[in-house]
Amino acid sequence: MKFSGSVWVFGDDVDTDQIIPARYLTTFDPKTLAQHCMEDADPEFPQKVQKGDIIVAGRNFGSGSSREHAPIAIKGAGISCVIAESFARIFFRNAFNMGLPIFICEGLQKTVQTGDRVLVDGDKGEIVLEKNAIRFQTAPIPPFMQTLIDAGGLMAHLQRSLFTGMNHT
Amino acid sequence: MGKTLTEKILADHCLEGDPSPGQIIQCRVDIALGNDVTAPLAIQAFESLGLNRVFDPERIVLVPDHFVPNKDIAAATQAKIMRKFARQYGIVNYFEVGQMGIEHALLPEKGLVTAGDVIIGADSHTCTYGALGAFATGVGSTDLAAVMATGRCWFRVPETLQFIYRGQRQPWVTGKDLILHTIGDIGVDGALYRAMEFTGETLASLSMDERLTMANMAIEAGAKNGLFEVDDMTRSYLRNRALRPPKIYTADADAAYADIIEYDVTAISPQIAFPSLPGNVHPVEEAEGIPLDQVIIGSCTNGRIADLRVAARILKGRKVHSGIRLIIFPATQNIYLQALKEGLIETFIEAGAAVSTPTCGPCLGGHMGILAEGERALATTNRNFPGRMGHPKSEVYLSSPAVAAASAVAGKIVHPSRVAGEETI
Repeated sequence: MKFSGSVWVFGDDVDTDQIIPARYLTTFDPKTLAQHCMEDADPEFPQKVQKGDIIVAGRNFGSGSSREHAPIAIKGAGISCVIAESFARIFFRNAFNMGLPIFICEGLQKTVQTGDRVLVDGDKGEIVLEKNAIRFQTAPIPPFMQTLIDAGGLMAHLQRSLFTGMNHT
Repeated sequence: MGKTLTEKILADHCLEGDPSPGQIIQCRVDIALGNDVTAPLAIQAFESLGLNRVFDPERIVLVPDHFVPNKDIAAATQAKIMRKFARQYGIVNYFEVGQMGIEHALLPEKGLVTAGDVIIGADSHTCTYGALGAFATGVGSTDLAAVMATGRCWFRVPETLQFIYRGQRQPWVTGKDLILHTIGDIGVDGALYRAMEFTGETLASLSMDERLTMANMAIEAGAKNGLFEVDDMTRSYLRNRALRPPKIYTADADAAYADIIEYDVTAISPQIAFPSLPGNVHPVEEAEGIPLDQVIIGSCTNGRIADLRVAARILKGRKVHSGIRLIIFPATQNIYLQALKEGLIETFIEAGAAVSTPTCGPCLGGHMGILAEGERALATTNRNFPGRMGHPKSEVYLSSPAVAAASAVAGKIVHPSRVAGEETI
């Protein structure tokens, strides 16, 4: 799993109301949600975000509401992965369940600026900041979460186990 | 090594092995919950599996509460998806407008959740049921879909933080103030990925409604769940109400806690969370005089009968300040009816408040009390993030119903004793 792209930098405690405000939760269409992604945190984000861009945030990204519309909006906006110092727990499981790659990384958010480019190597657990080649380590992904990623999310994982008659784990 | 309450409940629901903190386990789920925002997504995911039945139609609860009565055509369409699914799959516990309430007030009231349960809900405030001695946690829609199909869910067994409350509360200090104080102390990620277990002599004096308020806000400290020990009050609440027999666990004396945090509550005033985080908490004395445009009393946090009684005690014979819009949301139909019988609704209307049918409404900026740019609200809800109740440049302060009612009379944030004198709740 490798990504490279320009980053959008956000602070601590970016809650799901900022990722996708509740006033837009009367739909779960990814394209419609993407048009309002992060708009309360940065009104220019929905217009300026490019496919393959990467979100870098501080602590507790995705706190608050359990709305899966938040990772859907982020994916719909073309973001390839999210890197944060820590993730709120429901957002964390939602991301793995629905196949949005996320990485926990200490230090990157304080070093990087919006518009910088990074290379993310999920297999090696490494992030490289292109402008100065500084390297950062990502926290290892627990084995069960890796099986969800490999399957393409929880429903794909479940479908595989239901239809092979395995007791899903 | 002994186990905490959370560890014991999860161990009894775990499909195999004897789990310890940090381990990822598969668990049986007793009750799974969805609402009109989260269930439509879960239904779409469930239908992708091509199954013709849910794991147990009696153990799935679907409550339209966020944008109902339908606020617009899009909301009506979402509610319709859930209604159709409930009919098609014979979901017993679907609650239509007229019977519905805010989900986390409704499920305990109907006896659908009980001590010892493992409960998941596609709503972050599912942790509310910890007040009854259940392991209850919020998940996403895809998790709900998986549970609707299999009756099972994966969890990472959390480490547990123990919170001990000692001492006698000051006048007008409620469970809401204790949990706001706690979140202010440990921060909005102070319990991230962990269980919060609440204990100590002070909690014995809290009403069940106040305990539900405290467990409800565990998520605002980032916690997986917030759990109370079962005592006589819990037993009496569950008696003649719980549809399944409660299973009562106690924490082992040698249980391992990641941390133990003690509070002497005698020094705690009514608490206010300032914009724009539930952890930005100050004593009410530091907030007095802040002018308001709107006051909201309600939500899954503070829309229960004890909350309405406190508000009515303050509003009785007084008038809402001319510059304030006070909107009150009884959280369920039963609470509404009870408030009507007790004369509370009459008190509210005579005071100049608007009273609404149950809905999450303005708490999440849905409808029924949205803020314009630059407006400021005081609310008994649970979150005050930027734009939570409307315009991104509006502000929300959080408080107890007592502070909210008194402030609605004063037109600005005040200590309830300034309006209604000294009183122990």
